[in-house]
Amino acid sequence: MKRVEAIIKPFKLDEVKDALIELGIQGMTVTEVKGFGRQKGHKETYRGTEYQIDFVPKVKMELVVSDALEPKVIETLARAARTGSIGDGKIFVSDVNSVVRIRTGETGEGVL
Amino acid sequence: MKQSTVSFTWFLVVVLSFCCGLADGWAQDGTPEAIDTGNTAWVLVSSAFVLCMTLPGLALFYGGLVRSKNILGTLMHTAIILCLISIVWVLVGYSLAFGTDVGGVIGGLEFIGLLGVGEEAYPGTGIPHLVFMVFQLMFAAITVALITGSFAERMKFTALLLFAVLWSIFIYSPLAHWVWGGGWLAEMGALDFAGGAVVHISSGFAALACALVLGKRRNYGVEPMPPHNLPMTVMGTGLLWFGWFGFNAGSALGANGGAAVAFVATHIAACAGGISWMVAEWIRTGKPTMLGLASGIIAGLATVTPAAGFVAPLSALVIGLVAGVICYVAVLWKIKLGYDDSLDVVGIHGVGGFTGILATGLLASVGAQGLFFGNPGQFKVQLILAVVTVLFAFVGTYVILKIVDLTVGLRVSSRDEEVGLDLSQHDERAYSRWG
Repeated sequence: MKRVEAIIKPFKLDEVKDALIELGIQGMTVTEVKGFGRQKGHKETYRGTEYQIDFVPKVKMELVVSDALEPKVIETLARAARTGSIGDGKIFVSDVNSVVRIRTGETGEGVL
Repeated sequence: MKQSTVSFTWFLVVVLSFCCGLADGWAQDGTPEAIDTGNTAWVLVSSAFVLCMTLPGLALFYGGLVRSKNILGTLMHTAIILCLISIVWVLVGYSLAFGTDVGGVIGGLEFIGLLGVGEEAYPGTGIPHLVFMVFQLMFAAITVALITGSFAERMKFTALLLFAVLWSIFIYSPLAHWVWGGGWLAEMGALDFAGGAVVHISSGFAALACALVLGKRRNYGVEPMPPHNLPMTVMGTGLLWFGWFGFNAGSALGANGGAAVAFVATHIAACAGGISWMVAEWIRTGKPTMLGLASGIIAGLATVTPAAGFVAPLSALVIGLVAGVICYVAVLWKIKLGYDDSLDVVGIHGVGGFTGILATGLLASVGAQGLFFGNPGQFKVQLILAVVTVLFAFVGTYVILKIVDLTVGLRVSSRDEEVGLDLSQHDERAYSRWG
């Protein structure tokens, strides 16, 4: 099993979600986060006072998928989240050892 | 125990004697001036309009501009001042402002606790004395509340309470007396229709003293301090604008042509102020902003306040256009000068009020004449009014702040400021993280 963590532009969330559901993904968790990468922040001006805002609002999407589905998920996610401009975000993939469905106690990939 | 019983008995005696006095005050003799129902209805409604300017209007306007950790503390400044100053006004403030003139400087004490203030007409208006009193009460409350924008996010709550009471008694009441209560500025013929000097210059330059004496917020200029909720500020702007019709048109003290002149001037100046601030900002920074538009609307409203009942519609247009640009420039100056008038009370109310008082001296044409309408003397009087108000408000506020600082202390601790007023001063939070 793989955990896929994607940092994406907030307005891309629905597009990415729909593309993943089409792929057969059953669930995901999203969090509103702030951060910066090479894009750095942006400038805001209030009554003439300028602020450099370093932490830009992003959405972090987390899902755990079977090894078989992983390459397809990454490809779909990257395609749906891309705008082509700076600040599109990143995808991180890592191994997951086990999973438990709390209601029934079942374990293994079938739970996903 | 015994001592508290004694003091409670003493308290009862005082309250009872006041109540008896009140009953005496309501007794009428002679032929009273007739009550005009139309005028009374309008000024009653206007009083409620001005209440709505303070709470929720001003509270939301300021609340949206602070950081989310200080929103409740900021709302509370305005709300408690409304409650507190209303009581101060009833007990002493009204009498000091509108009691029988003593040497042109202060009102007498005959209306203390509203003794003798009843249903009979306030001379020359056809509205009950109580109605006049409560309309003026709303002005007394909002003026003090306006100042809070300058020391937002860092003042101790006890200091706020003490400051508000002292400021209302020693600055607002005398000033209201000088200009509106038959005092020396009124004798000179100074024109201030709805409070350009009494409300806006006074709160604006009191705010300057506050910003200087309290000092900057912790990490001002180092960490970003952007507004946490501009839609809230825009909501407040709309409520202020709505209430301002009562503030300015209500100041005609009647449902009449004067109210119509003031109503129309108020609306025109608000629109023109919003447009001119927005355009000035657009030219300077390349983007028009919602906060700029909202600030310009308030600048236009504050600036037209002293002129509202005295100017023609096109004069109001000029006043609004000038207000938006001048107040925007004043706010930019603040940044250059480096003092932390956190929510720009000086730039908008102080500079706007000052501009409006002078503009009245130039453009008055309805019921009074300004310099452009053949009466250069009026401009001189207006200049005196504006300068005197600036000096009195600034120096008086400075002294009061020093007294408050030496007794209860003005600022919260650096740590409390970092945590935010909501948690450190009030043990509550506006936005719960877990719903």
